[in-house]
Amino acid sequence: MTHQLVVGSSPHIHTPDTTRGIMADVLIALAPAAVFGIIWYGWRSAVLIAVCVAACVLFEVISCRVLNHDVTVGDLSAAVTGLLLALNLPSGLPVWMAVIGCFVAIVVVKQMFGGLGHNFVNPAIAARIVLFISFPLQMTTFHRPFSGVSVTQATPLAADAGEFTLKQLLLGDYAGCIGETSVVLLGIGALYLMIRGVIKPVIPVSFIGTVALLTWLTGGQPLVAVCSGGLMLGACFMATDYVTSPVTNWGKLIFGIGCGIVTVVIRSGAAAEGVSFSILFMNLLVPHIDNWTRRKPFGWEAQKHE
Amino acid sequence: MSKGKYLSYLTGGIIKENPVLCLLLGTCPTLAVTTSLMNGVGMGVAATVVLICSNMVISLLRHVIPNKVRIPAFITIIAGFVTIVQMFVKAFAPSVNNSLGIFLPLIVVNCIILARAEMFACKNPVLPSILDGLGMGIGFTATLAAMGLIREIFGTGMITLSETVRIPLTSGLGIEPMLIFILPPGGFFVFGLLIALSNKLARRKGKKPIEELGCENCPSKSVCELLEQDKQKIDKEQEGLADE
Repeated sequence: MTHQLVVGSSPHIHTPDTTRGIMADVLIALAPAAVFGIIWYGWRSAVLIAVCVAACVLFEVISCRVLNHDVTVGDLSAAVTGLLLALNLPSGLPVWMAVIGCFVAIVVVKQMFGGLGHNFVNPAIAARIVLFISFPLQMTTFHRPFSGVSVTQATPLAADAGEFTLKQLLLGDYAGCIGETSVVLLGIGALYLMIRGVIKPVIPVSFIGTVALLTWLTGGQPLVAVCSGGLMLGACFMATDYVTSPVTNWGKLIFGIGCGIVTVVIRSGAAAEGVSFSILFMNLLVPHIDNWTRRKPFGWEAQKHE
Repeated sequence: MSKGKYLSYLTGGIIKENPVLCLLLGTCPTLAVTTSLMNGVGMGVAATVVLICSNMVISLLRHVIPNKVRIPAFITIIAGFVTIVQMFVKAFAPSVNNSLGIFLPLIVVNCIILARAEMFACKNPVLPSILDGLGMGIGFTATLAAMGLIREIFGTGMITLSETVRIPLTSGLGIEPMLIFILPPGGFFVFGLLIALSNKLARRKGKKPIEELGCENCPSKSVCELLEQDKQKIDKEQEGLADE
């Protein structure tokens, strides 16, 4: 595979950032939520996380070899995809289903379109949605913390939100996917990424802000809407994916607000969880958003119509 | 004409110019009805019968139909055969009729049939036209059957041959079928993967990729030619005006 070097307009600044460094930062930022997920939902979630990461790395190696690409496991992006996917799964999911999800993420969504940087949507989101549509029962069976996989419980989005105290919501002491419930730890992870300069706060703030505002306007409880479901995980770690989010700040703002609107619409309609669908939907619009919000070069003049 | 030439009319539609995977015609029924093997086969066979008959009649009438009204004439002929096929299916295979629903009468607007009438039958003698229709029909049926089989196995975990004969494949293994395969997104996934596979196989055998086939096999070739003629006519008239 030939690597094309794309050179932007000058001035150029050298940066020490590498894909590997950025992905390592994301892994560090996700670690607390993953560890807490294992504590909450038991050893089964540890197995799922390990299997997902291993399967994604393995599929990456195999598909790179088959498609004659350079093997890009070293940049850790496959490991990040695996971890993100695992954090988006309920702890009771059969392991082979998770492996199918990894196949969809790495082989179908990422490598078939040309590898890292060419995937048209976020691989982990696409895999989660494929699993959600294929196995609706298993993907929506959530278990109460500290119960292993024996006691199921409705999520705050599906049940009456009044059942859950604020402390429960912030700590993630309720049924949900492995890594989406501990809002505080996800927030700390996102803060770490922002301080390290890996992500900009535009998308998470506009995404979560839009959801809170629209929920408040439509008579819901904004705090419950923000703390429940996959909103924090999706807004901070999946919507901010470099490949599938707009380049400019204005584009990111449009992207975040769009995600928020779609999430609230889906949540108020039939489906309880709209975050992953909203990110997938906005991922598809990113090329157009980038086109609308193209930065003007210095000295740019509007074309005069004769 | 040699025997090999006749054979190439037949095999062209099956492999080299497979209507679905190579020419990307008839995508709508391909995606919509291939939720099971028997649906795909039923659709393929119905379309093949219409294709052979319409190719034959259009080829017979190719000197009679005026060029300017040929599309309405083709559609009328095709619609006649579709009606016949639909009545036969209703009478002898009502279950196929139920599962194909609106897509059976919609064979009228199946672009494979119109494209073959336009590209082949209206320019060639009867026997090659029939063989071309048969080859294209087999290619269409085989592709639909393959898609239906893949989607049915992964989406339901069994193969349904009729209402009473079912071959379960996954029962007792503790594996659940992936519902997405019998839903629209699964159709697109399987379709894309099959196109990728056929491209890969075609390239390995040293067959020409589709973009190198040129104008000769393009479905809109005759339209392009007509437009070109019109353009030249207008240009000439304008030149004439300028001279005056």
